[in-house]
Amino acid sequence: MIEIQKLERIASQVRRDIVRMVHGCQSGHPGGSLGCTDFLTALYFHEMKVKTEKFEMNGLDEDIFFLSNGHLSPVFYSVLARRGYFKISDLGSFRQLHSALQGHPTTHEGLPGVRISSGSLGQGMSNAIGAAQAKKLLKDQSLVFVLMGDGEQQEGQVWEAAMYAAGKNVDNLVAAIDYNGQQIDGPVSKVMPLGDLGAKYESFGWIVNSFDGNNMQEVVETLELARKTAHQGKPQLLLMKTEMGQGIDFMVGSHKWHGAAPTDEQLKNALSQLEETLGDY
Amino acid sequence: MEFIIQNYQDTRSGFGVGLHEVGKANPKVVALCADLIGSLKMDAFVKDFPERFFQTGIAEANMIGIAAGLTIGGFIPFTGTFANFSTGRVYDQIRQSVAYSGKNVKICASHAGVTLGEDGATHQILEDIGLMKMLPGMTVIVPCDFNQTRAAVHAIAAYDGPVYLRFGRPKVPNFTSDTEPLIIGKAQMLQQGTDVSIFATGHLVWKAIEAIQQLEKEGIHAELINIHTIKPLDDTAILESVRKTKCVVTAEEHQRNGGLGDSIAQLLVREFPLPLEMVAVNDQFGQSGTPDELLTYYGLESQDIIAAVKKVISRK
Repeated sequence: MIEIQKLERIASQVRRDIVRMVHGCQSGHPGGSLGCTDFLTALYFHEMKVKTEKFEMNGLDEDIFFLSNGHLSPVFYSVLARRGYFKISDLGSFRQLHSALQGHPTTHEGLPGVRISSGSLGQGMSNAIGAAQAKKLLKDQSLVFVLMGDGEQQEGQVWEAAMYAAGKNVDNLVAAIDYNGQQIDGPVSKVMPLGDLGAKYESFGWIVNSFDGNNMQEVVETLELARKTAHQGKPQLLLMKTEMGQGIDFMVGSHKWHGAAPTDEQLKNALSQLEETLGDY
Repeated sequence: MEFIIQNYQDTRSGFGVGLHEVGKANPKVVALCADLIGSLKMDAFVKDFPERFFQTGIAEANMIGIAAGLTIGGFIPFTGTFANFSTGRVYDQIRQSVAYSGKNVKICASHAGVTLGEDGATHQILEDIGLMKMLPGMTVIVPCDFNQTRAAVHAIAAYDGPVYLRFGRPKVPNFTSDTEPLIIGKAQMLQQGTDVSIFATGHLVWKAIEAIQQLEKEGIHAELINIHTIKPLDDTAILESVRKTKCVVTAEEHQRNGGLGDSIAQLLVREFPLPLEMVAVNDQFGQSGTPDELLTYYGLESQDIIAAVKKVISRK
């Protein structure tokens, strides 16, 4: 229980970072970032074994994470900074000229913690499979995680990768889908319905586990189970129900906050709902 | 200079032999293929290093993405499919996961150009050099024969960075030395001359050799340089040649737009403007036919190079 409370306190600070970063440059994607805050916090502060002192691209003997839906860069950057990959004060440079914290994550500026560029959707699972296959060749037992959006499932490459991961038994791969039901043009169910996503992955040969991605206890338990279930022949999909804009009452559940920045007044309102637990950057 | 044909071999077989050799020498070399092992001549690698071979099925986008991921573990992935599926089909995957991410992926592409033959325009990509050379940090290599393609594989395996390696389907004269290494970015002088500089790449290098032999009989002393590395271009060798000859012909199995001629024209416009003629496909799609019929129809034969030489000399 103490662990869950600790993670929730970190998540509160991460959410503050997200809205402050997006407000600071008046651009970026707060909605999905807020929805996935609990997942990324649990991943980096509880489940993943990572080396943060000196970032190594090869990720040997550590768990690796890929953010396929790169527009969730605010939550990714905040979690990386709070975990110690780079200076927390660097968050203030988000989306600014010459910053390593580009609009979408990239290795191009050498930001520690980032292992590939993402933003153009649908590519992260393929990248994660490659890293997972590399771990197998190196007899490295650690895991590879990847987060995708639900709208991102409309990209064809995702299904090429889904077929490969199951067909080639990439069982050190754990893929998560941020199932918030929203995309830029509106509800996913209207823009391009996904059908029964869990059943689709199961029919491809995946192990599928659905859970509430905004319940820290459930997130932690699901991740712990994923590690226990790994290395048994099948890739795993974590179908994570979340609310876009989670944690801020006027943002929650609306696709309008997919890619919009808060005003000064809205920022003040948002921050009043989130406890400053670790100190703002 | 005498050019001796050792045998007739396809450049893709040079790739296959080279891949097997680098795979044997370096356990970090891995290979991926999208259902074209036989066409890419990757059989020997697959047979001897099955644990380092990844069959992706007909899913090229996923193949490029997996290759990028494999580099993160320190591996050196070679992807193999036709040139069309290696570039146009997966441009965004190469752009984001490989080039922008700075990943050490070797994109190896066979059946480039019209000499693919009977399959027709859907498979005969003539735009791939342009697509690849536009990507920041991408190295683009087009070897001219079997031996040079094999040497190219060794060179790119030892080089750290993304590479596009283009080769082809038909058996063509194999004339370069089987011991000469390919030095990335260093043009290969094939014959010194004074009247015109011919810069050729890929299959058109042998066509250019045939052309200069005929031209010599007519009293025209052509300089012939093989540009196997289109990017980074060997500016120094090119400028040194054209300062002497004062006119230029380029020859390639590619569109004028975006090809070798385009790169050399840009260099000359910046540094030393001169008359230039391009032997290349001019804004057309290919079609079904034999390789020889297609080379003739699209104006990529030795007589086309000869005509271009005479024209450019008249423009001096």
